[in-house]
Amino acid sequence: MVIPSEEARLVAAAKAGDADAFSELVRATEADIYTLAYRLTGNAEDARDVAQEAYLRAFKSLKKFRGDARFSTWMYRITANCASTQLSKRSKGRHEELAEDDTVVDERPESDPETMAEAGAMRDRVTAALGDLPPILRAVVVLRDVYDLPHEAIASELGITESAAKVRLHRARRKLRERLFPTGEEKARAV
Amino acid sequence: MRSNRLFGNDGVSCDDVAAALPGIVDGDQVADLDVQRHVAACLRCQAELVQYRRLLRTLHQLRTEVLEPAPGLVPEVLAAIEAAGERRAMHHLLNGRRVAYVGGIAAATAAGAAGAILANRARHRRVRLAS
Repeated sequence: MVIPSEEARLVAAAKAGDADAFSELVRATEADIYTLAYRLTGNAEDARDVAQEAYLRAFKSLKKFRGDARFSTWMYRITANCASTQLSKRSKGRHEELAEDDTVVDERPESDPETMAEAGAMRDRVTAALGDLPPILRAVVVLRDVYDLPHEAIASELGITESAAKVRLHRARRKLRERLFPTGEEKARAV
Repeated sequence: MRSNRLFGNDGVSCDDVAAALPGIVDGDQVADLDVQRHVAACLRCQAELVQYRRLLRTLHQLRTEVLEPAPGLVPEVLAAIEAAGERRAMHHLLNGRRVAYVGGIAAATAAGAAGAILANRARHRRVRLAS
């Protein structure tokens, strides 16, 4: 990850036509952007295409980037838009397990092993539950609750109204909760 | 299905709270007083609220996990950008040529028309002088 001042310098240089500066920005953000693309599309192949398309769009519209937000945040929005386009091309969403070459790297500081193990198990369950959500619900909950994008940005990039984005978010949260903490009745329904 | 039990005089059921919790768990929406009173008195809804909080906390934590893409993504991206740049340059070039071609035809047409007008005027002048 690049520090904000270095990022601003690279963005300014890239806007002035420095291709190396843009390459540097791609290198600094590729894992993050690929991860978001993977979380939105649910498979490695689409994630790669989406990441590539997102950077291409970013390069073409770099002059429009005013620098109000971080470059990475701007890239999240473009990636969300590209993923939405990609998913709408598909007649039905595909859900694949993590490919073997997709190594999960945990960048959190170390803490108590027992707590970490418990938190890790919960993260695995949440990741699996996210993968089972319909893509239109998954996109909203990932962009809001994982990447902290505002409702307005999410609605704009997914081509829906802000109230529709909120409705989808609440539905997604409810489905995730029911999946992760099923009551006796919900367990019985799932069988 | 959840029961539709009511608690006290708040007029709010567990179902009403269940519908409201996904929106109020992160403070995005404000729970009205009746819902707050219901949650304060209902262990079942309190447990559900705790579950939502745990879910949101875990979702926030996912932000710190990154997947390493298989090698080659950066070169692919840069190659795609370069190819797009070349396509754009070619497009500009072709557009430029098209403009020059259309401009040339327009200039030639205008010159021809101007020549015809001048020749016509000269012919009229010669006729007048002769008469």
